[in-house]
Amino acid sequence: MPLLTLTTFLPLAGALFILMIRAQDEAAILNIRRVALITTVVTFLVSIGIWTGFDPRNPGFQLTETAGWSGSFFAYRMGVDGISILFVLLTTFLMPFCILASWESVQVRVKEYMIAFLVLETLMVGVFCATDLVLFYVFFEGGLIPMFLIIGIWGGQRRVYASYKFFLYTLAGSVLMMLAVMAMYWESGTTDITELVNHPFPATMQWWLWFAFFASFAVKMPMWPVHTWLPDAHVEAPTAGSVLLAAILLKMGGYGFLRFSLPMFPLASADLAPFIFTLSVVAIVYTSLVALVQEDMKKLIAYSSVAHMGYVTMGIFTLNTQGLQGAVFQMFSHGLVSGALFLCVGVVYDRLHTREIAAYGGLVNRMPAYATVFMVMTMANVGLPGTSGFIGEFLTLSAAFQVNTWVAAFAALGVILSAAYALWLFRRVVWGALTKANLKAMLDLSPREVAILAPLVVLVILFGVYPLPVLDATAASLEALLRSVHAAIDAAGQTAAAGPLPLIR
Amino acid sequence: MTALPDFALAGPELLLAVGALLLLLLGAYGGERRAGLVSDLSALLLLVAAVAVIVGRDGTTFDGAFVVDGFGRFLKVLVLIGSALAVVMTRRFAVAEKFFHFELPVLIVLATIGMLLMVSAGDLIAVYLGLELQSLALYVVAAFHRDDGRSTEAGLKYFVLGALSSGMLLYGASLIYGFTGHVDFAGIAAAASAGGKASLGLTFGIVFVAAGIAFKVSAVPFHMWTPDVYEGAPTPVTAFFAAAPKIAAMALFVRVAMEALEPVKAEWQQIVAFMSLASMILGAFAAIGQRNIKRLMAYSSIGHMGFALVGLAAGSEAGVYGILIYLATYLAMTAGAFAVILSMRRDGVMTEDIDSLAGLSRTNPLVAYLLGIIMFSLAGIPPFAGFFGKYFVFAAAINAGLYWLAVIGILSSVVGAYYYLRIVKIMFLDEPKGAFEPMGGELKAVLGISGLFVAAFALVLGPLGDAALAAARTLF
Repeated sequence: MPLLTLTTFLPLAGALFILMIRAQDEAAILNIRRVALITTVVTFLVSIGIWTGFDPRNPGFQLTETAGWSGSFFAYRMGVDGISILFVLLTTFLMPFCILASWESVQVRVKEYMIAFLVLETLMVGVFCATDLVLFYVFFEGGLIPMFLIIGIWGGQRRVYASYKFFLYTLAGSVLMMLAVMAMYWESGTTDITELVNHPFPATMQWWLWFAFFASFAVKMPMWPVHTWLPDAHVEAPTAGSVLLAAILLKMGGYGFLRFSLPMFPLASADLAPFIFTLSVVAIVYTSLVALVQEDMKKLIAYSSVAHMGYVTMGIFTLNTQGLQGAVFQMFSHGLVSGALFLCVGVVYDRLHTREIAAYGGLVNRMPAYATVFMVMTMANVGLPGTSGFIGEFLTLSAAFQVNTWVAAFAALGVILSAAYALWLFRRVVWGALTKANLKAMLDLSPREVAILAPLVVLVILFGVYPLPVLDATAASLEALLRSVHAAIDAAGQTAAAGPLPLIR
Repeated sequence: MTALPDFALAGPELLLAVGALLLLLLGAYGGERRAGLVSDLSALLLLVAAVAVIVGRDGTTFDGAFVVDGFGRFLKVLVLIGSALAVVMTRRFAVAEKFFHFELPVLIVLATIGMLLMVSAGDLIAVYLGLELQSLALYVVAAFHRDDGRSTEAGLKYFVLGALSSGMLLYGASLIYGFTGHVDFAGIAAAASAGGKASLGLTFGIVFVAAGIAFKVSAVPFHMWTPDVYEGAPTPVTAFFAAAPKIAAMALFVRVAMEALEPVKAEWQQIVAFMSLASMILGAFAAIGQRNIKRLMAYSSIGHMGFALVGLAAGSEAGVYGILIYLATYLAMTAGAFAVILSMRRDGVMTEDIDSLAGLSRTNPLVAYLLGIIMFSLAGIPPFAGFFGKYFVFAAAINAGLYWLAVIGILSSVVGAYYYLRIVKIMFLDEPKGAFEPMGGELKAVLGISGLFVAAFALVLGPLGDAALAAARTLF
């Protein structure tokens, strides 16, 4: 059974079904919400089939599917390996929560909202399942369309500006990647990722291709200094949009580095690792400092996301096992944690309709359950041992320490800063006396909100104390990836030593 | 050469010519009452001709002046579909604006014959004949709404500048003939390659011919007429101008460049690359400030011709393949976009203001969805058709080593994305300003078909790509 195709296109089928619903009364809107929820839940159940059919010892792509377009440059190739399966499951797992989180907060144009989210799910799952470069690009870029509409239609005050900025920033980065894809096709004669990873691209070409891919992934990630679209997009997007943006869309950048930059351009990756370290450390320290002074909750979490993605890029380019595993784990964990944090903000935003930190304070008095959830997520964001946030940061930092002590030292500074801004946020919003009059009537989490947040809390703690399932799933693929990268670097090193051919011309 | 030429090869053209004359008679004797019938029959005639092109055979006739090959057949089908759609979309609008006469569809058919001749031209004489037949009909069509000052102005502008460009083309053709001694493409190619390097006279000829054709495809720096003519001409005429003549002119450009002047590629490659680059950049930046949707489409078409020219600049089979795919997608997107523009009527008055689309997603969701898809496609966002067109032309450019052209071109497409996004923003994000009058059935059909084609292009790419590849191969 073509499980991957089914998982990818099931949401699209749901979207088409919703498109058919013409009525606009209350009952129809409830039906639309239900169809969306059922579709996402069924998609998640189908994706569990991928997990059970997946063999973690096999480093290659599994459950592969191929269909050709004869005469053209590419084909429909799908498959998952240890890296991508995590993100496929993360996507399908989070989607029902996104739909639930929008159950009451989205009241206008519900039909279009649900269609946009389901289409976005198809494209996100497709990104992680595609094993053809062009197919990957199609899904990768296609995701801009629903997200543009989600931010633009259901966003906040400056939504138009934010949606434009999001779209054009990402597009500008990606089109260069498209040119690189073409160059790779002409050089190797294929766009099949399984073949491309074995194709030795010339060293000079690797540099150009590496930078073209970097342009796209750095914006998507986002890395300093091209991260400025993210705070705007996050602040303006509706809650569920922010969740997906932080949890899934940002991961596409890191996934891209792992899937393309490292295995296909190993020489350039090794040469440019210091460049990435520099940007990562700047991102970690600088954006953490920026996060400290934010007055908007969502903006603060957005900047903290940029800082956390700094650990990911740093880990990836250490080119050792801990670094790669840590980076993947950090992405996975950040997907859960940042998603939950945005949901937490959404909870209070739905009640008070402001994201300003100063408007809150003392919530613990009225909302003890909410305070508990928020606290767990804050601790996970800080990277407290026992939460999933710790594993990723610890692994990436220890990997960086092996490569470059200074990088590790500066990055560790970020851990302290993250404690500062996250705990201070928590202090200002949740602790203290309940003095503001309009907060006194706030109700604690509704059963629906508990249902959304509780599984995330459980997972964050579970993976914090027992990270093995995630690490095991990725181990074989990452090992194989590292072996091929180091083999290529060693081979190039020998030629450089033996002959007059320099690595960089 | 004493035997009669093989008329059967030119069957579709002859069919159209005879048909157009019969329709003219029908209109002349039947009077205005029969105008609707003439219009319907014209569309039917064009579609029958398209079928005749598809089932026809390859060959050369009229002493090599008329070539039927896969390349020509592919583009002829596109031209015929474009013209047929234009005829279909014209009637309701022209009746409402009170300039519907039976000559209008007949003139479109006559222009189409010229376009087919351009696509099939095998020597410079045929090029000029086809071009003039097309242009003369188009000048009249542009000024067809003769009580409207803007339409007349558009026709006059188009005529003056068009005549100038035809003159340049003719002058260039005479230089090429003078310095190679041939008018047929094969002879020119043989003479040009014999010298090893292009003579100065031949180079001058190439420049003038390129300038003449660039005017027809409205490539920068010969684009100035486009926004004015697009804006001034009646909207259905603009819809016609935007698609079929552009495709025919691009076909002509490719054929002259690849068949006659292939040996001196170095001479025209940089000209084409410059025009392509300038068109992409101007199309992207000049459209940003436009408020009139027809002017916007004019700049958009300039940009799109720039993208298609990237394929020609590559000068390879992959490049021609890219052009063919690009033109096919361009035709669908243009037809769909104009189907909406033609139905922008509120309280009995046509509007061309982009802002009047505000809130279309709530007043008419289906139209907004389809136009939204077309706009994203025009911007080149996957998975829609426009992305694949861009993909193939830029792939050809990369293959030909034109890196700077590819990088600047693709970045200008990001700039261009801004104004397509603005239309999406106006439709989806802004508050409604009131609904348009209901859309005509035929416009709905055109929009629906082209919107579906654009949306599901990835599925039809297989067979279409095969056809385009076979067509591109015939030139090499």
